[in-house]
Amino acid sequence: MWTRAVWLGLRAAAGGRRGFTSKADPQGSRQVTAELIEHLERLALVDFSSQEAVARLEKAIAFADRLRAMDTDGVEPKESVLEDRCLYLSSDNVVEGNCAEELLQNSHRGVEEYFVASPGNISWPKLDEKEPFSHH
Amino acid sequence: MATPMLRWCCPGRRWIFAGIGGGSRHGRGVPTGSTSSGKKGQSSVAQQPLITAQKPRKGEREWAAVVGLEIHAQIASNSKLFSGSQVDFAAPPNSLVSFFDASLPGTLPVLNRRCVEAAVMTGLALDCHINRKSLFDRKHYFYADLPAGYQITQQRLPIAVNGSLAYSVCVGKRWSQMVTRTVGVKQIQLEQDSGKSLHDNLRSQTLIDLNRAGVGLLEVVLEPDMSCGEEAAAAVRELQLILQALGTSQANMAEGQLRVDANISVHHPGEPLGVRTEVKNLNSARFLAKAIDYEIQRQISELENGGKILNETRSFDYKLGCTVPMRDKEGKQDYRFMPEPNLPPLLLYDSGSLPTGADPQQVIDIDQLRERLPELPRVTREKLVRQYGMLPEHSFALLNEVGLLEFFQNVIKETRAEPKKVTSWVLNTFLGFLKQQNLAVSESPVTPSALAELLDLLDRKAISSSAAKQVTDVKKGNPRAINKLIGLVRRATLGRADPTVIKEVLERQLSS
Repeated sequence: MWTRAVWLGLRAAAGGRRGFTSKADPQGSRQVTAELIEHLERLALVDFSSQEAVARLEKAIAFADRLRAMDTDGVEPKESVLEDRCLYLSSDNVVEGNCAEELLQNSHRGVEEYFVASPGNISWPKLDEKEPFSHH
Repeated sequence: MATPMLRWCCPGRRWIFAGIGGGSRHGRGVPTGSTSSGKKGQSSVAQQPLITAQKPRKGEREWAAVVGLEIHAQIASNSKLFSGSQVDFAAPPNSLVSFFDASLPGTLPVLNRRCVEAAVMTGLALDCHINRKSLFDRKHYFYADLPAGYQITQQRLPIAVNGSLAYSVCVGKRWSQMVTRTVGVKQIQLEQDSGKSLHDNLRSQTLIDLNRAGVGLLEVVLEPDMSCGEEAAAAVRELQLILQALGTSQANMAEGQLRVDANISVHHPGEPLGVRTEVKNLNSARFLAKAIDYEIQRQISELENGGKILNETRSFDYKLGCTVPMRDKEGKQDYRFMPEPNLPPLLLYDSGSLPTGADPQQVIDIDQLRERLPELPRVTREKLVRQYGMLPEHSFALLNEVGLLEFFQNVIKETRAEPKKVTSWVLNTFLGFLKQQNLAVSESPVTPSALAELLDLLDRKAISSSAAKQVTDVKKGNPRAINKLIGLVRRATLGRADPTVIKEVLERQLSS
């Protein structure tokens, strides 16, 4: 499940904003360009710091690509493995919360019951020193 | 070029940019086949068959604006969309946060039934098609007030689609010239709200309060059928009234329960749509129309001056009264949508498809919800017009103030005076008095009974209307007015009524 999601996510990035439910992309590029790496690093905040890491990524894509060998014509894609399960509905009662102290213990820094973050969202210094990644 | 003069041609949806010297051709319309490469504000080539004497002035062409809205309404529920922590506006920071809301590992979302019902009811009220099956997705982006790094929303298959919202705008100068317009409702989806960030610039840090994280939102997407700020504001207002009547959201903009983003573009009629910008942070009813109109004007000026419109996100700066770019040019956001793996599809039923022997708590029946829908504002207004013969704009005014309709109906119940008199008194004298004293209906010192009694006296011609108006003077604490009133009553009863008794009666009524 996770692999498929990653694969679809990568395909979407490589294929240029196509929906992740689209049909197989015949021009699927096995080549992972530097631009794509930078793009992925920014989106997922991971660090492909070495060539070895990029090579491992390419291997992962190749591994997932084997799914293309399957003929899925006329087969309705599944949403998730939970598809035929029943979605449980809870009644609208307050049963949780009131544990600020406990939650704040997980935080590196805190100010008067607030979590503390650096301003302007997560900064991502690019290779050639760019502006910080601005918030949504 | 001097400051462009923008000619208002709404509600005809046409904007005219008039160059120096003003004086646009009102009502001429753009002839088909009039060219323009679209970029520079070149005047049309002489292919206008109907215009005889005057050539069009340079830069003088009609513009049409296109406005679409994305409205987020906080669902009025006790607990959050996927967790059991409380929904409340003001509480100590991070006190209404569950482990799931804080995105601690090992926690899972559990869908709140009340939120689903709220979405279905709203969809029904807006004449939407309710999808019997809808899906949840993850929308990824990084921000400190989104602890999970993604928001659970409904991107692929939302709960309701293809509805419409009818609203009214005034055409012309008089409030009485109202027309009804319709805007398409593209979809309604359930999604999570994020936490709140408080920027502490002094210490260069951001404080995060997750009380709001995970609160259920209804996102209502309105089609780009609107053409100016006034229409957008009217549509939002009507949606607000509907949500409040349904009880699905309190929709109070000041408290952040209703937030609006606008998608705005301009183009010449007959030509393709222009590049659109998204304007966020429209959280004030008062500035909504202004902000949208500003952006329309800005785009027109930009294009007329040979510039281009960037497909960007802008924010409305209330202090400066203008829109400013919000994000730096990093290109379009990639949200990496994926199905929410922890939630099966949401299935809804109707009376025909209810599974037998199912636990009623676990099953949502659309037909049952439809039967229980409260009366919508549109219907209430129609009834008022039919029942009391009032003008449509009066029915709008009665519904526009919290508690006013109930007040009006209580007066009607207790008085023998004609409904038209009651309407006039409530909307003019009473409401005017409240506005002057800056009071809400609930804070009014004048009760429905008191007003009813007063109107009865008036009706029996026991007192004159000017005397009756002085009652409000008394309420403001003017004791001389009550003596004057006594005098008038005495005169009306031809001196037969005992002044002491009159005073007693009046004081009793006025202090109740």
